[in-house]
Amino acid sequence: MRPFAYQRVTDAQAAVAALGERPDAMYLGGGTNLVDLMRLGVVSPDALVDVTRVASGTIEDTAGGGLLIGAGVRNSDLAAHPTVRRRYPMLAEAVLSGASGQIRNMATVGGNLLQRTRCSYFQDVSKPCNKRQPGSGCPAVEGDHRNLAIIGHSTACVATHPSDMAVALAALGATVHVEGRNGARQVPMPGLHRLPGDEPDRDTVLEPGDLITAVELPALPFTTRSKYRKVRDRASFAFAVVSVAVALDMSDGVVRDCRIALGGIAHVPWRAELAEEALRGAPATAAEFARAADAELAQARPLPENGFKVPLARNVLIRTLTDLVETP
Amino acid sequence: MTTTVPSSVGSALDRVESPDKVTGHARYAFEHSPRDVAYAVPVQATIARGEVRTVDVDAVLKCPGVIAAIWYANAPKLAPADNPELSVLQSPRVSYRGQYVALVVAETLQDAREAARTMKVEYATEQHDVELRADHPGMYRPNRVNPNFPADVEQGDPDAALAGAPVVVDATYTTPAEHQNPMEPHATVAEWDGDGLTLHDSNQGSSVVRDTVASLFGMPPANVRVISPHVGGGFGSKGTPHPHVILAALAAKQTGRPVKLAVTRQQMFAVTGYRTPTIQRVRLGADADGRLRAIVHEAFEQSSTLREFAEQTTTPTRMMYAAPDRRTTHRLVRLDVPTPSWMRAPGETPGMFALESAMDELAIACELDPVELRIRNEPDADPESGLPFSSRNLVACLRDGVRRFGWTDRDPTPGVRRRGRWLVGTGVASSTYPAYRSPSQASARAEQDGRFTVRIAASDIGTGARTVLTQIAADALRTSADRVQVEIGDSSLPTASLAGGSMGTASWGTAVVRACEALVDELDRRGGDLPAGGVEASADTTEEIKGRQRFARHAFGAQFAEVGVDTDTGETRMLRLLGVFAAGRIVNPKTARSQFIGGMTMGLSMALLEESVMDREFGDYLNHDFAQYHIATCADVPDIEAFWVEEEDPHLNPMGSKGIGEIGIVGTAAAVANAVHHATGVRIRDLPIRLDKLVR
Repeated sequence: MRPFAYQRVTDAQAAVAALGERPDAMYLGGGTNLVDLMRLGVVSPDALVDVTRVASGTIEDTAGGGLLIGAGVRNSDLAAHPTVRRRYPMLAEAVLSGASGQIRNMATVGGNLLQRTRCSYFQDVSKPCNKRQPGSGCPAVEGDHRNLAIIGHSTACVATHPSDMAVALAALGATVHVEGRNGARQVPMPGLHRLPGDEPDRDTVLEPGDLITAVELPALPFTTRSKYRKVRDRASFAFAVVSVAVALDMSDGVVRDCRIALGGIAHVPWRAELAEEALRGAPATAAEFARAADAELAQARPLPENGFKVPLARNVLIRTLTDLVETP
Repeated sequence: MTTTVPSSVGSALDRVESPDKVTGHARYAFEHSPRDVAYAVPVQATIARGEVRTVDVDAVLKCPGVIAAIWYANAPKLAPADNPELSVLQSPRVSYRGQYVALVVAETLQDAREAARTMKVEYATEQHDVELRADHPGMYRPNRVNPNFPADVEQGDPDAALAGAPVVVDATYTTPAEHQNPMEPHATVAEWDGDGLTLHDSNQGSSVVRDTVASLFGMPPANVRVISPHVGGGFGSKGTPHPHVILAALAAKQTGRPVKLAVTRQQMFAVTGYRTPTIQRVRLGADADGRLRAIVHEAFEQSSTLREFAEQTTTPTRMMYAAPDRRTTHRLVRLDVPTPSWMRAPGETPGMFALESAMDELAIACELDPVELRIRNEPDADPESGLPFSSRNLVACLRDGVRRFGWTDRDPTPGVRRRGRWLVGTGVASSTYPAYRSPSQASARAEQDGRFTVRIAASDIGTGARTVLTQIAADALRTSADRVQVEIGDSSLPTASLAGGSMGTASWGTAVVRACEALVDELDRRGGDLPAGGVEASADTTEEIKGRQRFARHAFGAQFAEVGVDTDTGETRMLRLLGVFAAGRIVNPKTARSQFIGGMTMGLSMALLEESVMDREFGDYLNHDFAQYHIATCADVPDIEAFWVEEEDPHLNPMGSKGIGEIGIVGTAAAVANAVHHATGVRIRDLPIRLDKLVR
């Protein structure tokens, strides 16, 4: 067998130090993606540093009126938390739409952000993949890419980010707390994940040894009116074909502010800034929602087999915004 | 033996092995661990066509725990096989990506897996061709189609009849490759003792595995024992042994150790069979009142270069509906792909998707209710052979379904019913499956304590076979089920046919009844005087089955579906599924209901989700796990109901039963597709019906 060391640490500095000593070590959270990837041979760390006891498992109010979610909080606890449900319903809905009950019981917030693409070629070590093996090629461009990116992709990689939770966090403008070799720092969302460019092996801006310790949600009163809609091939236990997270601040039928992000269409949870810009100050009508969707999706460059995601994303965006307007 | 015992057949007896299963006492093949067992992990080809040049055996042998590394150059030689797939490691030829090219045996599963992963195999690669096209130059007419039907059948002059028909439907339908994916992956534990070989194996017929393995190793069948008391599903993929069974036996022979080999879920997408993709053109010619004049159904399918497996896609069209002029054909192309095989109702399932979709299109063209169209074309006798049907109650199923489903007031206009954001529609399709029976043997024994033991090498692959055989035996012995012990799943028991073709209960049940009858006669003769050690009788149904009268024997059914299609996203979700079946006498309503709704669930999964995606560049089925190959989850399975009509058929078998393992999947996909058309006005002729085909 392929041996690997297992080490459990109880504080963030120790975790970072442990990874400093072993460059091929990886952090282990819930293991719901990492263990699969190890079994498939996609990753083969020589050590696992278990950080489930480092990362706080608590959810606390912040002084600024936001919420600080420990990186070790399990997905099911996050989705069930009363404050999350009341103030950030899109986040609770996004988490609940992902995976299965058993997996949500194991998966952590930090790990969820760092899960890898489910692109078939990435997960099959008998085939080339620039993300897994830089420079080996991307068979998905000519091969099966029905579920892959329509926006922000490169010739090197057309993978999508699989997380539902991350889409809601990108829409909310969450801040990711990171402990690294040079101390603690904060990374905004969007901004944690990166587009593939010519370095698709790098999913995020994190540096070696960086550990996510918490995710902070801003105080954003209008996010009580928010929604996550996931479109999928199967009624449950399937990754998003397209998903959308939206929050609307309205008064007198006019959009004062909004937050929009899309999932299943890009290498990152895609914050729809052009759509947001188009909507601010506009009447909250289906026609304006369509205009906003078109403004965002004008950048789309679908591949031969996933062109359907453009009208799909458009329809879902319009529908979800319309539903929010009609929500009392 | 004069007391009257209430009939056991027809009662909803709980599965007799369920306490063993829920407490974990029931052991499956891989759970058998002989002393000193070693683990085998196969290495699969990473090219789709070519030859293995070399394998770096020495490097692998240096890996921790490795006992042996076997490939073409150092493998024991096997006797020639009828099925070339089973000649494992006998040639350097690679016929498809994923084919076994080597095998590592090690002390632990982890050691074996790691050594297999690092094994270096060099290939001489050739250009491969893996794409099924109807106009492929390699298309040919197979001599026979599975299991033994003529490839083409023509009656009358269908081309002239089509040309003269007032209404014509001409449409092409496609179904993708699909994989059986039983819950329990294939596994074999092989152990040699001198010239004797014992296999604990997950299969649908231990007698078949015994005979096949014995032949490959040049031994009499008596030297091989195959033990399979519990099997976690097969759906055809365990109907005959696949190459891993031979690999396990070969590895055990080479190493002198008992060897365990479990096929992984990912491996199963290359090496344990699948349903061929199909391209089907259906042409129906009819009078304005819907009466069929001509039926033409042409199927195009694939097989591997290694073995011809020609699925009988259009055979149900030969007997479904009356029409004087008809033609049904099969064409096959041999590609550099894994070998397809049986998957639940091979032939009927894809074939009836096309025929029953076309019937719906014809009903619309004739402005006729689709139930009425089917009733109007009900034949008096088998249209192909002219033989009378032993029983045919399709019309009764349709009428009963109309009543139960609430079909009567259906507005046929497509695309007009909205329920919130959903467009809602309903559809109907017919089901059919042949009622086969195969020769089997059984023994029945009266024990001294007043109990009975019945023995037959039958297989319970999760269907309830052990339970229904207990009921059948109890009635034949005129005793109660709790006094009967049925022993199955072991090739040392009397030889039996396999669990396939929906013929298990009919075939095994006949043998069990005859053995029990012989035992009762013997006991009567003895006047109740039971010698020490009990009394045994046996039966062989070969002559009985050979001599049976000629009838067209088929089960029938009607499936009604209601779907919702999201107007924004094209997501289709099942709302209701209702099936009514006519399948002779139902032996056990509880296990029968499970069979029907299990088949229907698999049918809706086929309609909406299942597709094995062939990667043209690499030549394998790309989406080879459950995260990517979608099977219906509980959330996808709606309000689903199965009913049956009472059917007396004296021309079947002593139980009066027809098989029910497969008919539940037949027609479901067409009922769903027809409902999607009714909901949206969009006709989807290419399965599965996923949102990309409906989103606008």
